[in-house]
Amino acid sequence: MTSREIDPLDYLEVDRLLTDEERAIRDAVREFVRERILPSIGEWFETSEFPRDVAKGLADLGLLGMHLTGYECAGANAVSYGLACLELEAGDSGFRSFVSVQGSLCMFPIWKFGSEEQKQRYLPAMARGEIIGCFGLTEPDVGSDPARMRTSARRDGPDWVLSGTKMWITNGGIADLAVVWARTDDGVRGFLVPTDTPGFSTHDIHRKLSLRASVTSELVLDEVRLPEDAVLPGVVGMKGPLSCLTEARYGIVWGSMGAARACFEAALEYAKTRVQWGRPIAGFQLTQEKLATMATEINKGLLLALHLGRMKDEGRLRPQHVSMGKLNNVREALGIAREARSILGASGITLEYPVIRHMNNLESVLTYEGTNEIHTLIVGEALTGMRAYE
Amino acid sequence: MNVVVLVKYVPDPQGTPELDDAFLVVREGTEGALDPGDEYAVEAGLRLVETHGGEVTLLTMGPETASAALRKGLSMGAHAGVHVVDPALRGSDALATARVLAAAVRRRPFDLVLAGVESTDGSTGTVPMTVAQLLELPSATFARALSVEDGVLRIERPTDLGFDVVEAPLPALATVTGSAPEPRYPTLKGIMQAKQKPVERLALADLGLSAEALAPTQRVVGLTRAQERAAGEVIQAGEDTAKRIVDLLAEAKVL
Ligand SMILES: Cc1cc2nc3c(=O)[nH]c(=O)nc-3n(C[C@H](O)[C@H](O)[C@H](O)COP(=O)(O)OP(=O)(O)OC[C@H]3O[C@@H](n4cnc5c(N)ncnc54)[C@H](O)[C@@H]3O)c2cc1C
Repeated sequence: MTSREIDPLDYLEVDRLLTDEERAIRDAVREFVRERILPSIGEWFETSEFPRDVAKGLADLGLLGMHLTGYECAGANAVSYGLACLELEAGDSGFRSFVSVQGSLCMFPIWKFGSEEQKQRYLPAMARGEIIGCFGLTEPDVGSDPARMRTSARRDGPDWVLSGTKMWITNGGIADLAVVWARTDDGVRGFLVPTDTPGFSTHDIHRKLSLRASVTSELVLDEVRLPEDAVLPGVVGMKGPLSCLTEARYGIVWGSMGAARACFEAALEYAKTRVQWGRPIAGFQLTQEKLATMATEINKGLLLALHLGRMKDEGRLRPQHVSMGKLNNVREALGIAREARSILGASGITLEYPVIRHMNNLESVLTYEGTNEIHTLIVGEALTGMRAYE
Repeated sequence: MNVVVLVKYVPDPQGTPELDDAFLVVREGTEGALDPGDEYAVEAGLRLVETHGGEVTLLTMGPETASAALRKGLSMGAHAGVHVVDPALRGSDALATARVLAAAVRRRPFDLVLAGVESTDGSTGTVPMTVAQLLELPSATFARALSVEDGVLRIERPTDLGFDVVEAPLPALATVTGSAPEPRYPTLKGIMQAKQKPVERLALADLGLSAEALAPTQRVVGLTRAQERAAGEVIQAGEDTAKRIVDLLAEAKVL
């Protein structure tokens, strides 16, 4: 037997806790990222471009709605879905966001709350990437507190008429279908809005310094008239959108560790080759402290993600668990990105290295899908029984 | 049409294989993969059955871990796998390997046997042709493109000047180079279906072969590291520049 050396990229041998199939899925996504995303991502980020052919590649690989069953979805387990998010986000948070929005925020509510007809009509085409979705919950004046949304849907004969504005919507400008949450007389309901419906328009948000390889848009609904069957029949109230967010946040628990790993890898490699004072900077104690802390947090974060994944596969995962995961892993990933940036010195501020790109992306990840503060307060509420955020 | 693809599990194709005291590649307890060269043969086989119908069966001989090579090929879309695994096969040479593979191929009707050109670990490059010989098949080597029409295999074989077109009647064997169409990615569905696909495990006895008959007839007796490339020499422009360059070229026996 060969004596096992510590693998800096899998310090705690977390790899061994995965099944062959989970590893194979992980490797397939990693290879895709290496070949199709990494060579050009710096450029896409700089020119603020979301490459549609990569989206098609993600569909061909089977990543869109991969954790759903039936309707041409792969039916992978939660851990595999998490690993795919991790590898994608090691490429760029933009692609993980795309997959999260398509699979967890758009396909999931149709799969979970949709009519059979809605499922047949949308899910296979969405899995194939022929229909791109976006998820409209946030508005200019409601972010963390979406229950106070203004967008409304009223009945007009058999039709629904939607009015309002949604803001910060990932994929908005490229979407074929918007899942829009609106208040009705009965409570909040979800609507499937084809984006070519009269009265529906989008405006992309420019001058972003984060998630530049991802489209973020405003959706304007000006008396958008929809047929009766545009509403998701299976849910009324905030638990509709919130259950989608729990799905997507779960992916972020993993994805953020992918961004962190990419930063750590870049910093480790740089530290071993960058010579100052006649020796590699990796030999200095302060650099080692940074690297050791980064590696420790990545391994802890991965174990946390895997634990939540196993809980999800057992059907035991609660939103409060996911909040703890998102809170910890995004916070730590951002810390790791910043430390990595410092190890790279001046080189760390350029797009030649992935670090500052991940660092900037993670600023969005810290905010969307529930801010750091809100997840802290959800954990706090779970611990004390007292709600501090409203 | 039934295509059999010979596939090999090799230790980390990107790294340097470890050797034991008998100069045998250490295969247990190391991370490995389907030989990247073989992926081209798998791809070629899949394309042929996509056009003509039929199945691709992967055949490997190797330790338990070699099942990973089968799984990879199955997740790319191959239909079934055969794994010859027997402790007596440890240390087999190329001839013994070819005997085993030929015996396993022979068990079922087939139209075409495909293989990579050489493995990235042993690199003898002899196994496919020996299998063809043992099965009394024509072998069409170094294919960069393959097609089948009316029971005839046709390949393109790149040469220094262009390429040859070679035909052989089926059943036949062909080796596929890295300039053939790029292997496809396994898709998620492919990966998940792989574990439901049939994999037959065979021991030597199932093939009617005995360990004695397969005793190695060749072995590696020595090993020398390739010379490290020496640092280059920078010649400053000056009076004797031309002379120094001529001397160097003469030293390198170019002149
Ligand atoms: C790149 C990007 C993509 C996005 N994509 C989508 C999308 O596809 N669909 C969608 O619907 N939304 C999307 N969003 C919106 C995102 O979900 C919101 O930005 C987020 O919910 C926070 O809302 P807000 O920005 O309005 O901040 P606010 O809610 O205004 O919060 C501002 C600050 O106040 C803090 N705060 C708020 N309430 C409390 C409290 N009770 N106690 C303590 N602190 C509090 C917050 O934590 C935060 O620090 C996206 C955002 C970004 C940046």
